[in-house]
Parts: sequence; C-alpha cells; structure tokens
Amino acid sequence: MISLYAFMGALEQGFAFGLMVLGVYLTFRVLDFPDLTVDGSLPLGAAVSAVAITNGYHPAIAMSMAVGAGFIAGAVTGILNTKFKILHLLASILTMISLYSINIRIMGRPNMTLLGQDTMIDQFIEFTGLAPYISTPILFAIVSIVALGALIWFLKTSFGLAVLATGDNPKMITSLGVNRDMIIIFGVGLSNAMVALSGALVAQNQGSADVNMGIGTIIAGLASVIIGETIFSTRSVTAAMISAVLGSVLYRVAIALALGMRIGDFAFTPSDLNLVTAVLVIVALVSPQIKANVLGWRLRSNA
Amino acid sequence: MLNINNATKTFNPNSVNEVQALRGINLEVDKGDFITIIGSNGAGKSTFLNSIAGTFILSSGTISINGKDVTTWPEHKRARNLGRVFQDPLLGTCTSLTIEQNMAIALKRGKKRGLGLGVRAKDKLLFKEQLSTLGLGLENRLTDQVGLLSGGQRQALTMIMATMTSPDVLLLDEHTAALDPKTGQKILDITDTVVHRDELTTLMVTHNMNQAINMGNRLIMLHQGQIILDISGNEKKGLKVEDLLERFYTFRGENVASDRMLFS
Ligand SMILES: Nc1ncnc2c1ncn2[C@@H]1O[C@H](COP(=O)(O)OP(=O)(O)OP(=O)(O)O)[C@@H](O)[C@H]1O
Ligand SMILES: [Mg+2]
Repeated sequence: MISLYAFMGALEQGFAFGLMVLGVYLTFRVLDFPDLTVDGSLPLGAAVSAVAITNGYHPAIAMSMAVGAGFIAGAVTGILNTKFKILHLLASILTMISLYSINIRIMGRPNMTLLGQDTMIDQFIEFTGLAPYISTPILFAIVSIVALGALIWFLKTSFGLAVLATGDNPKMITSLGVNRDMIIIFGVGLSNAMVALSGALVAQNQGSADVNMGIGTIIAGLASVIIGETIFSTRSVTAAMISAVLGSVLYRVAIALALGMRIGDFAFTPSDLNLVTAVLVIVALVSPQIKANVLGWRLRSNA
Repeated sequence: MLNINNATKTFNPNSVNEVQALRGINLEVDKGDFITIIGSNGAGKSTFLNSIAGTFILSSGTISINGKDVTTWPEHKRARNLGRVFQDPLLGTCTSLTIEQNMAIALKRGKKRGLGLGVRAKDKLLFKEQLSTLGLGLENRLTDQVGLLSGGQRQALTMIMATMTSPDVLLLDEHTAALDPKTGQKILDITDTVVHRDELTTLMVTHNMNQAINMGNRLIMLHQGQIILDISGNEKKGLKVEDLLERFYTFRGENVASDRMLFS
C-alpha cells in the first residue's frame, strides 16, 4: 500500500498540478482547442518564478510573473492559429518547441535549484507552524480552490459565456457579434497562465526548475480531466471543472500507488509514467467506442 | 437602409474551380422592407446573404448598411447590426449551454461583454416573456440545455435570439427548410409576427414560391448570380406561381415544362 507520507505527497502534487489540469480543461473541453503549448508553459512558469525568486523578488510577485509569461505563451499560440491560420496542434507545437530554448535562456542553464531560497512554501510553513508534509498540501489546495472559484465565476460572466459559446458554436458566436479570434487568443492565454502558475508551484515544491519538467504535461492533464469526468459529474461546466481538479488529485494518488506496486521482481519507475498515462488515456478514449461496438455486435447477433 | 452596389463574388478565381457566384448585384433595400428571395439551386442566394453578413469579402462592389460602408468589415463587426437564422437548426444556438445562457449571449449583441453576471435576474423575466410568445412552453425551461430541444424548438429559439435586439437587417436563409411542414409553418408564422411587430428590414431566402409570394412586400429572383426579377407593391400582391414560372422561363428562353422540377 501507500504510506501517509506518500499520500500527502500525492495530494500536494494533485493540487499543484490541479491548476494545470484546469488549464487543459479550458482549452480541450471549453474552447475545443487541443493545445500542446502546456508542455512548454509549465517549465516556463517554473523558470520565470525560479529566476525571480533567486533574484530576491517576493514569491508572490515571482508567481504573478509566471502567470504573465504563461499568458503570453498561450496568446502566441492563439495568434499563430487565428491570425496566421496555422492548424491549432501545429501552432501549439511550434510555441512549445520555442519555449524549450526560451526557458534555457531565461534560466541561463537547463535547470536551476531553489534550495536555500525563501519560497511561498517556506513562508506558509512558517505562518501555519505545521509540518511541511501537512502544510504544503493545504497551501496548494487553497491556491487550486481559489483558482477554481475564479474560473467558475469567470465562465458565468458575459465575457465567460462568450468563451463557452466560442468552443461550442463558433459560427453562432460570430453571428452574434463576437470576435472569435480574440476569444481564442485570450482563452488559450488564460489556460497557459494557469499552467505556468502550476509550474511555479511545482518548482517551489520540488526545489528546482528544470527545462524537461514539462514533458508529458498534456498527457497527464488529459488523463486527469478524463479520470475526473469518468468518476465524478460533468452535468454542468461548474461540476466538470470541480471534477477536473478532483481528477488531478486521483491521478496523482493512482500514480503513487503504481509506483509503490511490486509484482515479483517488477516495479514501475518514474520514467514509466508517461507510458502508463498514455495507455490510460488511450483506454479512456477508446472504451466508449469499444462499448458501442460490443453492444452493436450483441444487438445484431440477437436479432 | 441596405445598399448593395455592383456586388460580385468569384470563388477560387483563376483556377479550374472558378465559380462566379455573384455577377453585379444591385439592390436598394428600404427600412422595413421584407424581401423574399427565390432562385434555383446554385443561383447564389446563400452567397448573397453571406456577402451581406460578411462571411467573406466581396470580389468587387460595395455594401452599406444604414449609410455606413461595411464592405471591408469583418463578420463579427457587421453582426452588431445584423440578425441571422441559418438553415441548419444546430447552427443558431449552443448545444451545451442552457436556453437562458444562449439568450443572454444574444442579448449582448453589439454590446461590450464584460465581467458582469452573464444571466441576470431581470433578464430572465424578459426571456420568459419573449419565449411565451412562441407558445412552445419554452418559458418554463430556461435552465434546460439547448441540446435537449427539438430542431423546431431550436429554430424558434434562434428566431427570438436573432431578433431580440431589433437588428437593422434580418437575414433568413431557408430557415424552415430542415423542418417538417407543420413546424416549418409555425416558424414562418413566428417570423411574420416578429418582423411586422418590430418592423424589421428582412431578407428571406426560400424555395417555396407560395411563401415567397405570400410573405413580405417585395420579391426578387436570382439566377446565375444576377437579379432577374424584382417585384413589389401591388404587382406582387396579385402574383401567382404560374406568373413567376412564366417569367423565369421567358428570361431563360426555355420551355416551361422542361425543368419545372427545379422549383419543386
Ligand atoms: N465557399 C465556396 N467556395 C466555392 N464555391 C462556392 C462557395 N460557396 C458557394 N459556392 C458556389 O457558388 C454558387 C452559388 O452557391 P449558393 O450556395 O449561393 O447557391 P444557393 O442559391 O444558395 O443554392 P441552394 O438553393 O442550393 O442553397 C454555387 O455554384 C456554389 O457551388
Ligand atoms: Mg443556399
């Protein structure tokens, strides 16, 4: 099984990546815009905040800088897609690849340690006086819940409704006077702002920023969204977003369980996770089809 | 109100797929005109409405609405003064949003969409009132997802959404063609009521000659990207389907019986 310590660690990660999952939900589900920028904007947030903290900025300021940088990265993808008519997937891959170089430029090297720096986490531990393994998940849960609340509220505003409609029916929203391009640019920007903030939290949590920490972000995000949708409710957008954050937590717990598992001599290593996650996503994506096929086959054979 | 001057539209110019969909259209529409538009398949009716809506930019010619030259305006900018209902009932509303959310989005046509609450309590009253004019019971289903509605109900909702803010011009492109005859007639009745009540300047494409004759105060016929008939006033009131066919075939110099099917 899994130790309390490992479980708290999974919670911590689930909430830290919860912001990223919300970002992925916003592009994939709300805007219907498959966005791979996130593999670059997560380390971007980590890099920007790490550099800022190392240069003596308050962690909160450092994190706002990460948010701004993430927004710009997403907006670039949005502009490539809408203004230059590059296919969304390709546009996001171009930004993601560029971010690899940019992130190394920002840090001046491929990775950067935050050990010995005064991070948000240290400040919160000092503030609560609780043990790190308890206070860190609480801090991340608070950040996630605040972001979740803000996003739920946003999607209920006039502007937010236009964002929802843009993903659902672009022709309709255009015929009602909304500039679809602007909404896409803003929406993908907002999504990546959240992903970058997530990256900033993760970097502070693991004590370093690394240019490779973003690999597989999109798959982990999708897996979390799908787990959330499968297990919890998707009746409304609000319910679906809460489910996405819960899905993020469940996903990290599942991974902790997988890593603790031992079958004879075999054990999963962290580097197996991308494969395991990809298989999980594939199963989730195909199972409705398989179900439909099997049902259809049964109906036919009964007829 | 709406002036179209020498409008042409060529798709895929200078290629084997070149299509001259509009060839020099001139039309002056007065405020409050209700124009029905007929013409065979591929005559350019949809292209004509799309060019007014700004789905694409004209190859040449100009369009002005309310004295403003909108020829180069993008679609979303023109939409501030235009209401549209498409042939496909799925195109006019958002499936995953509720009736009230859809209406709230339509209510903001041409206005700034800020961070105020999208569906406000006082708007709901307005929505209920508007929906109750349909007589479909939709006023009691404000929080139902639109995906749950039938095609006819969705099209009725789209009519309300397109006209709620009294647009300068209302564009209807075969908006009842995808519905069964009874539902289609219901939507046409709604159209007639709303257009007259709000004195909306309207362009309505239809394949049904009787509709074209019975509705509106002016009728135009398109053929191969040109207006070949423009009938209004008393002349239109006395019009019969036979007269229309007669004039169409005289124009083409063809035998009336040969392809009557075109308009069936
Ligand atoms: N986007 C496009 N690209 C290329 N050709 C097009 C395009 N849209 C329309 N056309 C062509 O322009 C011509 C006019 O088409 P349009 O859709 O306006 O006809 P219509 O009068 O609406 O016909 P229908 O009664 O079938 O709806 C047709 O030959 C059509 O193939
Ligand atoms: Mg058409």
